Amino acid sequence: MSDLDVREEYLAATAPGEEIALEIGDGDFQTADMSLSIGPAHPATHGVFRIVLELDGERVREARPVIGYMHRGFEKLAEHRDYRQIKALVNRHDWLSGFSNELGVALAVEQMMEFEVPERAQWIRMLIAEWNRILNHLMFIGSYALELGAITPMFYAFREREDIQHLLESATGGRLHFTYNQVGGLKIDLPKGFLAESARVSALVRSRFPDYLDLILGNEIFHGRSKGVGPLPTDVALSIGVSGPTLHATGLPEDSRVTEPYLKYDEIDVEVPVGENGDAYDRFYCLVHRIRASLDIIDQIHDRIPAGPVNSKLPKMVKAPEGATYVRTENPLGQLGYWLESDGGRTPWRLKMRTPSFSNVQAIPYLMRGQLLPDAISILGSVFFVVGDIDR
Amino acid sequence: MAASAPPGIGLLKGLGVTVKHLFKRPATLMYPHERNVLPPRTRGVIALMDENCTVCMLCSRECPDWCIYIESHKETVPPAKEGGRARTRNVLDRFAIDFSLCMYCGICVEVCPFDALWWSPEFEYSEYDMGEMVHEKEKLREWADTVPPPPPLEEGAILPAEVKDAIEKQEKERELAAAAQAEAQQAAEAPADAAPAAAAGAKAKEPEIQVKAGEIDQETFDKLIAEGKSERLARSKAKAAYVKKEKARLKAEAEAAEAAAPAPAVEEPKVEAGQIDQETFDRLIAEGKPERMARSKAKAAYVKKEKARLRAEAEAGAEAGATADADSAPGAPESPDAAAEGEATAAAPPPAEIHVEAGEIDQETFDRLIAEGKSERLARAKAKAAWVKKEKARLRAEAEGGDAAPGPADEEGGA
Amino acid sequence: MIMLLVTSGVAPLLAQAESIMDVGDTFIIPLLIKLVFVLGLFFVVPLVAGYLEHKSMARMQHRRGPVEAGPAGSLQLVADGIKFIQKEDTIPAAADKWVFAMAPGVAMVPAILIFLVIPLGPGVFALDLELGLFYALAASSVTVLGVLMGGWASANKFSLFGGLRAGGQLIAYELPLILAAIAVAVQAGTLSLVGIVEAQANYMILGSEVNLWYVVPQILGFGIFFVAALAELSRPPFDMPIGDSELVFGYMTEYSGIKYAMYMLTEYAGMVSMSALLVVLYLGGWQILPGVPLPGCETSSGLFDCGVTGTVLGVGVTMGKIMLLVFVMVWLRVAYPRLREDQLQKISWTMLVPLSLLNLAVVTIAKVVF
Repeated sequence: MSDLDVREEYLAATAPGEEIALEIGDGDFQTADMSLSIGPAHPATHGVFRIVLELDGERVREARPVIGYMHRGFEKLAEHRDYRQIKALVNRHDWLSGFSNELGVALAVEQMMEFEVPERAQWIRMLIAEWNRILNHLMFIGSYALELGAITPMFYAFREREDIQHLLESATGGRLHFTYNQVGGLKIDLPKGFLAESARVSALVRSRFPDYLDLILGNEIFHGRSKGVGPLPTDVALSIGVSGPTLHATGLPEDSRVTEPYLKYDEIDVEVPVGENGDAYDRFYCLVHRIRASLDIIDQIHDRIPAGPVNSKLPKMVKAPEGATYVRTENPLGQLGYWLESDGGRTPWRLKMRTPSFSNVQAIPYLMRGQLLPDAISILGSVFFVVGDIDR
Repeated sequence: MAASAPPGIGLLKGLGVTVKHLFKRPATLMYPHERNVLPPRTRGVIALMDENCTVCMLCSRECPDWCIYIESHKETVPPAKEGGRARTRNVLDRFAIDFSLCMYCGICVEVCPFDALWWSPEFEYSEYDMGEMVHEKEKLREWADTVPPPPPLEEGAILPAEVKDAIEKQEKERELAAAAQAEAQQAAEAPADAAPAAAAGAKAKEPEIQVKAGEIDQETFDKLIAEGKSERLARSKAKAAYVKKEKARLKAEAEAAEAAAPAPAVEEPKVEAGQIDQETFDRLIAEGKPERMARSKAKAAYVKKEKARLRAEAEAGAEAGATADADSAPGAPESPDAAAEGEATAAAPPPAEIHVEAGEIDQETFDRLIAEGKSERLARAKAKAAWVKKEKARLRAEAEGGDAAPGPADEEGGA
Repeated sequence: MIMLLVTSGVAPLLAQAESIMDVGDTFIIPLLIKLVFVLGLFFVVPLVAGYLEHKSMARMQHRRGPVEAGPAGSLQLVADGIKFIQKEDTIPAAADKWVFAMAPGVAMVPAILIFLVIPLGPGVFALDLELGLFYALAASSVTVLGVLMGGWASANKFSLFGGLRAGGQLIAYELPLILAAIAVAVQAGTLSLVGIVEAQANYMILGSEVNLWYVVPQILGFGIFFVAALAELSRPPFDMPIGDSELVFGYMTEYSGIKYAMYMLTEYAGMVSMSALLVVLYLGGWQILPGVPLPGCETSSGLFDCGVTGTVLGVGVTMGKIMLLVFVMVWLRVAYPRLREDQLQKISWTMLVPLSLLNLAVVTIAKVVF
């Protein structure tokens, strides 16, 4: 009987929503379910995220994510910041994809102001966004492997991250929070030699890519820990609102770079790696191969950046006209949406964020039910999320 | 998906990857002992050139964290002319940034209309107590010396208008310089008059003083480190000190060698700093400039005028032909615009005459400005500009000396 | 601790007299020398192993490892030890205080006791027990009692999980470990560790003159012993009792200061003693290569007296082999993720136990037949 069958059987025996039995067994030998609180400060949650597990032995009867420990009120703060300041703010809700976040806000404001962004700026935005995606995915490769007890991938991933961060720092001045966008384009053009350096780093990361395949993705112990763990069917994923690599792992290549292209994504080939079963292995597989896909995109962009300005003349105070818009972008972790509503003032009237991590963790109770405790950790690591992005 | 390899292959591959790295060089940078070279755009710390600050409060208002504290008072400036209107101006008393609140977004640097705020890649300013993260303007001013020049832009970039203008101007100057150079060469080829050529040779020694980059003045370095300065800062200052010393030494040598030869009296007149050109000062104050700036400019103006006077006297006495005096050529060097322009052109690579290389500066001007308490950066920029100017004047003089035919006035007009 | 040492050491001491340590006729002096020898082994060799782990792990991960403390960072673990001593020794309010305090000691003492019987070179050992192998294996499994006590007494669910997992792991892996060791004992015809080294020195393959170590005929047993030793020490990829990403730090979660240091020292001492057992059982002890005895040990009976050069060289060879095995353990830690507890049990009961039984049967039959 495989692990999955055991889980099915267990799930069939305990109906969902059933009241937690305090006592199981009979006679003198009685056991009780144990409630185990993973977090808010726990090594596997990389942040202040909490899951309360009801355990029957090591098997999870029920998992309840408790969120909000890191609520910083971004949406409210944004109502009191002008658009330039918001850019610095949204860099920080998903701190591993700062550029993609600020890109979303910039696109939303530009859409409302009906701004035509210079071509060159669009291509450079795309270039930096893809580098940002790789940065993010490298981090999760390291952390997921670490959650399964493999320490080395983290160091390899950080070696690559260092090279990429140095590259991006030379253009944006930041290593994590880039604040490189501005409404209407970019703050400043790339420094001389950036594209050559970018091509060099791209080749370097590509040459080290097989290390990850050999060290983790091909490892039998890793297979044992991730294959068949926490399978997620496509329909469930869609009903929960899961997106990004977690959704692609279920076999659905829903990616707004392809289905609803923004910037210049319609002019280049975007590959979306997909999985089959939606289990932890497939999620990780998609994550790792998205790095390769992003490197392909970067190599395409290098030759296609046109000459021209990177920003356009802005009014002294950027004010979005009265109205509302919704912009969605494919963030490294999934769909990021900004609902921007303005009353014509210098600050938004409302900025609603639809963050990928928040939606993705909604799948956790479904995924963890009936799994073993170590599998619960494996699931936690494979549903890629950033706590700041959940709590905002 | 992954092909089903025979079991165990994956395990062996993992061992292979790790043992392969065992024999590679570690990626670690041994941080306190060796340092990374940070890109010029790095947002390390916010530096303040307080002489540029007009207390407009834009930075403080735009800061999303409200971590910039500015205090100032108003001063009444007496009217420049009798019967004129008295003006008020803001004097900066306190400028502090609380780096424990700062989120390094760079909005203050972006909005500053007078280029008083800069990003410096300096990052070693951690403290044991959060309260000590508030850094005052003196500290911020020190960081301003570590601000690197901005990197050139990538191929295909459209330059901002003001940068483009500056580059065009530079190019024009370069052409002029090339023409002057060609004439000078002609003059050198024709050995009609030995004296000016010798003089030119003797004078050329000064700019030829080459100082290798990278060497530092150990004494200064140690002193600054002992004072608790950051290494980067100490190094840059020590380099400057080294350059200064080295140049002084070489110059002294050259002078000693020159002493024997009968040099025409082109000896730089010595002018004591400290006196100011009252006229300029009054004018600037009347224009609403801060007193500090006005005074320093007035000083410069005084020095310049005095020198011009002395030189004119000396030349008049020595040789009738050599009346070319470039320093008096620009009509009103005291005007702030001209000064700013000079600075702007100097910040970009200086106009490339064949002898003019980046890094060569007019030591005298540099020393004078430093003595006046200007920042090193500013002093260097101005000194560079001054050097370029002198060099041009020299070349022109040479050309005239060799070619005797065209009148000096015509040439000056050309400049 | 000392009492335990003495009681376990006295009785066999009287019977044994060959040890190089046995100077003079007095009772106390050799005893003291032996104590110093054993404690020295316990406190120094694990630190060397720890340094090896730090450095080799770092290099495999593109790092440098410790560099500042001592030459090339070699005193890092000493510095860590001093730090642990200075730290506050916290005991959770809900903990069972006596059990909590005793647990690290209960885990550590058996780890010390194993070093009593481990021969490092010709004549370099504290004791040569007739039942040396049995004693070593028995002592090594007591350690888990300390782990269980610590896990239970901490009054922490993560600790409890860790302790129980360690207990389960011990039960699952003690069997293949012992079965593999028995096969060696059967082939050597003795339980004495010194005797097993001697038997390997004299083992000729099928009547030829080619000397071989037991690792060749018992390669299966060697593998089983190695895997089982890893599991018993809870070293990665079998570190589920600690499992820092799931159980925080398993049974050590609530420990701090010197007690935590004792647990850690136990783990490293366990790595050394298990490696030493592997060396003695399978890798020919202090022989340089199969058929190449130490200088001064040419005669097969020269197990106890090889002169100064031979003795020093012998200790060096044993230490080298131990460190090589420690390196392999570190290597596995660097390369692999952690298994799941049920997968580990499955490996043990469905693979290792039948394989070790098969190994034992084959060895026994071969012993009788040839």
